[in-house]
Amino acid sequence: MHNFEFVKPSTVADAVQALAAEEAQPLSGGQTLIPSMKARLNAPEVLVSLMGIAEMQGIRHEGDMLEVGAATTHARVATEAAAAFPGLAGLAAQIGDPAVRNRGTLGGSLANNDPSACYPAAALGTGAVIVTNAREIAADDFFLGMFTTALDEDEIITSVRFPIPQKSAYGKFLQPASRFALTGVFVAKYADGVRVAVTGASENGVFRWSEAEAALASDFSAEALSGLSCPADDMIADLHGSAAYRAHLVAVMTRRAVVAAS
Amino acid sequence: MPRVSMKVNGKPMAAEAEGRTLLSAYLREGLGLTGTHVGCDTSQCGACVVLVDGAAVKACTAFAADLDGAEVTTIEGMANADGSLGRIQQAFQDYHGLQCGFCTPGMVMSTAALLAENPKPTEDEVRHYLEGNICRCTGYQNIVRAVMAASGQDTTALAAE
Ligand SMILES: Cc1cc2nc3c(=O)[nH]c(=O)nc-3n(C[C@H](O)[C@H](O)[C@H](O)COP(=O)(O)OP(=O)(O)OC[C@H]3O[C@@H](n4cnc5c(N)ncnc54)[C@H](O)[C@@H]3O)c2cc1C
Ligand code: FES
Ligand code: FES
Repeated sequence: MHNFEFVKPSTVADAVQALAAEEAQPLSGGQTLIPSMKARLNAPEVLVSLMGIAEMQGIRHEGDMLEVGAATTHARVATEAAAAFPGLAGLAAQIGDPAVRNRGTLGGSLANNDPSACYPAAALGTGAVIVTNAREIAADDFFLGMFTTALDEDEIITSVRFPIPQKSAYGKFLQPASRFALTGVFVAKYADGVRVAVTGASENGVFRWSEAEAALASDFSAEALSGLSCPADDMIADLHGSAAYRAHLVAVMTRRAVVAAS
Repeated sequence: MPRVSMKVNGKPMAAEAEGRTLLSAYLREGLGLTGTHVGCDTSQCGACVVLVDGAAVKACTAFAADLDGAEVTTIEGMANADGSLGRIQQAFQDYHGLQCGFCTPGMVMSTAALLAENPKPTEDEVRHYLEGNICRCTGYQNIVRAVMAASGQDTTALAAE
């Protein structure tokens, strides 16, 4: 790994200032960035740790909204969101393994937008608002395809506001070697409709399955989905599964999430 | 080079670290604590797991500088004060929970984190918690047995090998 200058500011304002340096990059849990720096896919000259910023940590529950600081670890979300939003806590508890969950963060996961990552499904599946140092971005406008987001250079996610659904669950079909989702589906039921977001399946990253949303809006049950299938056209095909297999998994995991929703 | 300080196995320690110095290198090369093993160096195998402020962390996937001031426990901190094997280590020996021993420091540290959270885990909970710790030798059966024994539970009911 190439060497770099390490800085650890304690406020968002100082972090933004540090990121203005040439070739500077934010570091959260490092569970994605450190392996990719070892592989020399990333070689920042300045690494700005966001883990010492108190205002980016923790969970706040306000009415129908749960706001999670971007630097909050998966492990914390798994325990501290359990009462207010069990669907989100359940998703966080299924990410990677305990050591990954003790370091990896919500902000790092969304900024990275890995096509097989779990959190993008929860953000899109709830219509969350991604709050940055500069603005608020609706989840529907945030994910722009594999490893691509609406974030500008040097813009950092500071928190995410999740509208708490009446019922929700994440159905994850584990890719046992990587521990990521081979295909995962987040289903959320609100008073005014249902959202269904799919990860691990499309070449274009996380997406909403609108046919399933419409079917579930009038009847929130696994039966409402019978006969519905997701087109395999843009699905990922690799040694772990063909495009047709992933399309099939989308329907299966959606049904399982509906059954599990609480 | 900046100096990074941590409380390691109860003692204040310090060593120089570049930005890129991983916690695993800081412990092994900076402090001479070579009990923490580096297996894959790609965040996959869990051989390098140590406790940072009580939580299991892959030492190959954290920068030492980011953990300045942390409290770290490594496998060297798991023995009793008189140097005899600690409870978890003794159970691994008694139940033959290791063969080559390469994965063992990480297994013991993950077990310590598990038992701190959940003192009497079920067999399923043990297997689930140790998902990030890979062992190429044992087939896991005796590791699970050792963890159950370390938590003071009966191991005779566990599925046969
Ligand atoms: C063995 C293993 C298994 C895993 N399994 C899963 C899984 O099942 N599901 C899953 O979803 N993920 C999984 N992950 C990935 C894990 O969840 C990562 O923690 C996560 O993807 C990245 O978060 P991080 O905090 O570690 O970010 P980092 O690695 O620190 O950063 C990732 C990227 O985001 C940028 N960044 C970080 N924070 C911010 C911010 N606040 N604002 C803007 N940009 C930012 C960084 O510059 C970098 O480009 C796994 C990882 C490993 C090693
Ligand atoms: S050496 Fe750290 S996970 Fe393998
Ligand atoms: S005992 Fe050899 S890898 Fe586990």
